[in-house]
Amino acid sequence: MVKRLIVVAYLFFLVAWPLFLVGQNTFEGGLDNLRGILADPDVVHALRLSLVVAVVAVVINTVFGVGVSLLLVRYEFPGKRLLSALLDVPLSVSPIVVGLALVLVYGGRTGWFGPTLENAGFQVIFAAPGIVLATVFVALPLVIREVVPVLEEVGDEQEQAARSLGANALQTFWRITLPAIRWGVIYGVVLSLARSLGEFGAVKVVSGNVLGETRTTTLVVEEKYLNFDKGGAYAAAFLLALVAVAAITVVSVLRPSSSEVKQ
Amino acid sequence: MTSATLAPDRPAAARRSARGGRLTRASGLGLGIAMLWFSLLVLIPLTAVVVTASEGGWSGFWDAVTNEQTAAAIRLTVGTAFGVTLVNVVMGTLIAWVLVRDRFFGKRLLEILIDIPFALPTIVAGLVLLSLYGPESPLGVDIHNTRIAVFLAFLFVTLPFVVRTVQPVLAELDPEVEEAAASLGASRFTTFRRIILPSLTPAIAAGAALSFARGVSEYGSLVLLSGNLPMRTEVTSVRILSSIENDNLDSAAAVAAVLLAISFAVIVVLDVIQRRVVRRG
Amino acid sequence: MSIEISHVSKRFGSFVALDDVSVSIPTGQLTALLGPSGGGKSTLLRIIAGLERADTGRVRIEGVDATDLPPRKRNVGFVFQHYAAFKHMSVRRNVAFGLEIRHRPKAEIRERVDELLRLVHLEQFGDRLPAQLSGGQRQRMALARALAVEPTVLLLDEPFGALDAKVRKELRDWLRRLHDEVHVTTVFVTHDQEEALEVADEIVVVNEGRVEQIGTPDELYDTPANDFVMRFLGPVTQLGDRLVRPHDLVIGTGDAEPGAVTGRVTRVTRIGFEIRVEVTTEDQVVVVTLTRTRFRALDVREGSTVHVALAPEVVAETVEAA
Repeated sequence: MVKRLIVVAYLFFLVAWPLFLVGQNTFEGGLDNLRGILADPDVVHALRLSLVVAVVAVVINTVFGVGVSLLLVRYEFPGKRLLSALLDVPLSVSPIVVGLALVLVYGGRTGWFGPTLENAGFQVIFAAPGIVLATVFVALPLVIREVVPVLEEVGDEQEQAARSLGANALQTFWRITLPAIRWGVIYGVVLSLARSLGEFGAVKVVSGNVLGETRTTTLVVEEKYLNFDKGGAYAAAFLLALVAVAAITVVSVLRPSSSEVKQ
Repeated sequence: MTSATLAPDRPAAARRSARGGRLTRASGLGLGIAMLWFSLLVLIPLTAVVVTASEGGWSGFWDAVTNEQTAAAIRLTVGTAFGVTLVNVVMGTLIAWVLVRDRFFGKRLLEILIDIPFALPTIVAGLVLLSLYGPESPLGVDIHNTRIAVFLAFLFVTLPFVVRTVQPVLAELDPEVEEAAASLGASRFTTFRRIILPSLTPAIAAGAALSFARGVSEYGSLVLLSGNLPMRTEVTSVRILSSIENDNLDSAAAVAAVLLAISFAVIVVLDVIQRRVVRRG
Repeated sequence: MSIEISHVSKRFGSFVALDDVSVSIPTGQLTALLGPSGGGKSTLLRIIAGLERADTGRVRIEGVDATDLPPRKRNVGFVFQHYAAFKHMSVRRNVAFGLEIRHRPKAEIRERVDELLRLVHLEQFGDRLPAQLSGGQRQRMALARALAVEPTVLLLDEPFGALDAKVRKELRDWLRRLHDEVHVTTVFVTHDQEEALEVADEIVVVNEGRVEQIGTPDELYDTPANDFVMRFLGPVTQLGDRLVRPHDLVIGTGDAEPGAVTGRVTRVTRIGFEIRVEVTTEDQVVVVTLTRTRFRALDVREGSTVHVALAPEVVAETVEAA
């Protein structure tokens, strides 16, 4: 009982109350704050940019993640263990370092590949492709971390049965494997989406933060707050928090208990 | 609930399937494409950081990281991350314990609260903490621009890690083992200290490693909260960013290399823990 | 009497696990709690150990009322079906655990652990982790761990249930021999009647939360108290309105004896040294088992007409079919 009380108090002061206050501050003047930012074309552009970048990043990471998960679980190849460990690297690298690393390679002036790409008319850093790259980088392991355990749990007996019944590799994947791992994929996608919409540090380094062009929603929060438009900052933060909380809630409510997954 | 996302209970070793097949032509091609993409996105850029850091030679590197302001930032970051990790070891284990062993109304809500720091954008996390502990705090405390703010921000963003690594292990502990200890004469405290805690140690250590790595690399939540005061509340990531903004990529890379080294050390630690767990069975 | 259980009842929700059970378990004996799964025998064992609390009733161990004592104060040894090994400790540390809790001197612990490891034939495995042992070895370790604290009673919950048939048989013989050496009052739960008949000095048959019968293996097998015990302890077949053991029947081909039933042999099956003959009478199928020699002497085959009767020496040992 005492333990439960400590835990509830800790989470209340660390997460629940502060989060509640953001909502409260947003609606302090009724809907004015939200209306204010939604009437600002630069903010709307930022919202749209964030959404487009997040969707592109999620698509890339889902395809990559499901493919790599299949390779890791169903096949043997040299260096598999190393690859598996390296795939977790993006989780523990500072977003600023991620940004720096991308600038060092794709930067237009001094990057390893950047000048060549720019001569070919393809700008990465300080442009949308850079934002996408940074976002994909930070959210890279999420789908893999959800799908790998599910793939391991369902085993490959159903796949072998399908193959023995004459299904080819593609049919087996679409009709057997994908339906079996769909919950893992869905959670991975939802979490990636939340993470992608919310990336800040890495995007700050690679985007150039140009108003109305490469400024994303998280950058808007910072800029509004530092320019003493606290209402606008809270409103933008509220929208982002809403997506994050919704994502976590969806995953938490939909996720069947592990015993159900086994069946 | 998103334990699979956060838990390192299935890194490298666990992902190995006992009877994986050989690569076919199609899967080999897939592996090639995946490796190419992963290299372009992650491996080559991270290598570029290390290469750039080493271009100035050992002395250049050493000068960059021992610069008074940088060294202070590294000390603050590592020290705070360490302290926060200790708090997480205790609180995270306690939270996991309550979530697994207690049944009460509102538990589901606690589960969601624990994952929020993971999904919440870091800049928003900073603003969230600022609203309760900043200048307009309804509690009347203002930790804005102090080292406590750094500690609090780290505490917030690292909340899920120990909880989510310990929780599944705790849930799968065999209740018979505790009964066996009790029938052999162990008190509840002794059973916890000598039976349960040692079974949880690998999970706690893994969660602590992740929490430490996350703390050390934190940036976004500090932007609005800590004021980034040189020598006082400026963390390593902020130092790197100001070097980038001053177009001093070499020195940025040198400091970044230190952070990368810490990240890699954490991954190695996790892998070692995992192997020990596999051996124990 | 070592363990006295009086009027113990236990419910789990609406499920009645034990219904006013009273049993006395004698000192120094090896007693089996036998019955089908879900019949309440494991619950009874866990109540003796204090791992479960009875809703009503008392438990006395060696004259001490243990009803309200926590498990750690009862001085019982408990062995679980799935071993409950302390995975992070070596075999030695597992066995030493109870002694360390009791703060015995180090030298004494070392000596006692060595002795126990010898007893359970694990002396070479002391430094291994439980994960490096086979199932049978793990269970022997668990037994040594339980014996280390010199318990007043040793309780085993389906101790061989998780092992494969061969190891199971070996461990069963070994447990019997161990008990003859150690003489600690032992109660073990099993659903395997062969295991109970072979190992136990005394058997308590538990079914649907009640005790059906208590007695030695011979008593139970030869004079079952009721239909359930008869069926549970061995093969049965019906002759007229009586339940009998198939090997207690005789087949005749000559003139029908008084009391014999006439029928046609419809099936003959050989199971090793045994022959199983199914005789279809007017209204039932009677199964008779006999040795190969007996069968050859009879010279019957499928289709033969025969008489089936109860062997004269066992007439008294049957029960009326329910």
